Amino acid sequence: MKSESFSRFIIDQRLFWSIFMGLGFFVLLGLFCAHYMETEGHHITGMDNQIVWGLPHIFAVFMIIISSGVLNIASLSSVFDKEKYKPLGPLSGLIALSYLIAGLAVLVLDLGRPDRLIIAMTTYNFKSIFAWNIFLYSGFFLVLLIYLWTMLDFQVKKYSKSMGIFAFIWRIILTTGTGSIFGFLVAREAYATAILAPLFIVMSLLYGVALYYAYHSSICWLNKTQISEDMLSNFKQLMLIFLFTNLYFLVLYHLTNMYISKHLDYEIFLLTSGGIYTVLFWVGQVLIGILIPLMLLILSKKNSSLSLLIVSKVILLGGFFAVAVIIIGGQAYPLSIFPDHQIIESTFFDNVVHSYLPSAYELGLGIGGLTLASLIILIGIANFKFIPKDI
Amino acid sequence: MKLELNNTKQIPRRDFLVKTISSLAVIFVVPDIIKTGNAAKLKSEKVSSKIKWGMHIDVNKCLDGCSACIQACSDENGLSGFNRQKTDPQWIRKIKLRDLKTNGISVLPMLCQHCENPPCCDVCPTGASFKREDGIVMVNQHTCIGCRYCMMACPFKARSFVHENLTTQLTNSPRGKGCVESCNFCVNKIDHGSEYTACEEACTKEGGGVISFGDLNNPKSKVSIAMKKSSSRRLRADLKLKQKVTYSGI
Repeated sequence: MKSESFSRFIIDQRLFWSIFMGLGFFVLLGLFCAHYMETEGHHITGMDNQIVWGLPHIFAVFMIIISSGVLNIASLSSVFDKEKYKPLGPLSGLIALSYLIAGLAVLVLDLGRPDRLIIAMTTYNFKSIFAWNIFLYSGFFLVLLIYLWTMLDFQVKKYSKSMGIFAFIWRIILTTGTGSIFGFLVAREAYATAILAPLFIVMSLLYGVALYYAYHSSICWLNKTQISEDMLSNFKQLMLIFLFTNLYFLVLYHLTNMYISKHLDYEIFLLTSGGIYTVLFWVGQVLIGILIPLMLLILSKKNSSLSLLIVSKVILLGGFFAVAVIIIGGQAYPLSIFPDHQIIESTFFDNVVHSYLPSAYELGLGIGGLTLASLIILIGIANFKFIPKDI
Repeated sequence: MKLELNNTKQIPRRDFLVKTISSLAVIFVVPDIIKTGNAAKLKSEKVSSKIKWGMHIDVNKCLDGCSACIQACSDENGLSGFNRQKTDPQWIRKIKLRDLKTNGISVLPMLCQHCENPPCCDVCPTGASFKREDGIVMVNQHTCIGCRYCMMACPFKARSFVHENLTTQLTNSPRGKGCVESCNFCVNKIDHGSEYTACEEACTKEGGGVISFGDLNNPKSKVSIAMKKSSSRRLRADLKLKQKVTYSGI
């Protein structure tokens, strides 16, 4: 691809710096929240010995799977030879890189001992999928950098296809690893199933295309340019396909769980009697995340950029709820330590559904991560030619 | 007869110093040396799989309302609470159960089960959660990064996370903010030659006799004898974790 086919993001200076300062403010706020959590301890958060992973993990996992999925736009051209997506490859690579950095930053900053990151980077238990994920995530960072280089530098363009295939395989393994973080947990009825790996993959594909479209259409709006009807139709088709695959895997996951007698109690809890968790599932993950976008896409006769942007944002909101249901909902249901007994009393909340109310610090850290990703994208598109001119 | 007092003899300076210092040593230093000499020493032999530490809990003897084991564990390991039940650590807790088949009520202590196949060790990214050769499952407080993945993985909710700054830790029980911890079978006491955990000692002292700890490889140990007396079982045996803590009476 010739460099004249791409441009930098050039807008009114005041507007640019306003956006920059706005994003920077929330990044600094996120850093402050992380610092305060580390110095005071996690007792200032909503996480406790019952809900051990909370809002920061929802943000982190969401951003990491989006990072994997958004690169699919580049893979469509490099791997599957769909030439019409080729100009979109560099921007998708940049978004993938920024969301990976931000997701990992949020994850690390929520550790009880983030000062021991060097131990996490040098001491490995290779039976742990978490340890493998550290390799996969940091390796993905390098893969992305090299892939971007092959897409942007004409001299190494010939390696773009092989690098694209390598990146595609890497992110399938990476997203499988992310899903397996939960899938390998024998303790909890919500997890301990291999289907979480492909479910995470299809979730990443859906949220990836939605996020890519949200950024690209926003850039076009600020640049006062337009996306062609043809490309809008392509995005619509991709979203439809990925929405249907998400629906399929979601139904399969819950149906399988309901057939397994020892997981049935959890399913009844989540699907009918889990209070806020049931609402999050049906309204957040299913209605907002899948059914409403499907309806909007199927019923809309015209391909409008604005309507597709609304659908993208609805998908992303629903996706956030989906990750929340998996992470928080899976922990909220008490462990089945004594299947033939009912726990009447415990000082460690063994007999109750666990509640969780995130604190402002966790929200600040998560928002800080999202804005860090956007800030990296802003710096990237302002300094390098990532934006395709005609699509 | 005149009494002659002969006090004109001069004591040499060297003798004076030696005698003074020796006297002071006898008064102040020797008692401490003797005290240290009698205290438990770290066992010289390496930890090995020749010993397999285990515990048996006789639920029939456990009393509702008694918390001797919990208090003893807190005292032994310096577990300081902050009056925040949701975040305060609990290495051992009492659970009251109703049998769904008979409606019978039981009370039992719940702690780390020291599994032979511990899920917490499988998932720990740094290997901080580890199983010793003698079977004790514990957390290396120097390499734990506080990711809490082991807490997600434990089927028995045995682990706690330290949510706040600590200032009153005991030297025999290293703990710190941001790390995960759980019952370690009083590993410091065991490594200094004891064959009793703090919870077992306290329970025995209260007349309970619920907890029996010892070497599962020794058929004459307290735990082996207790297991033979009553039919013991592991919790969630379906998970095949082969815990070294067994229960009878439920």
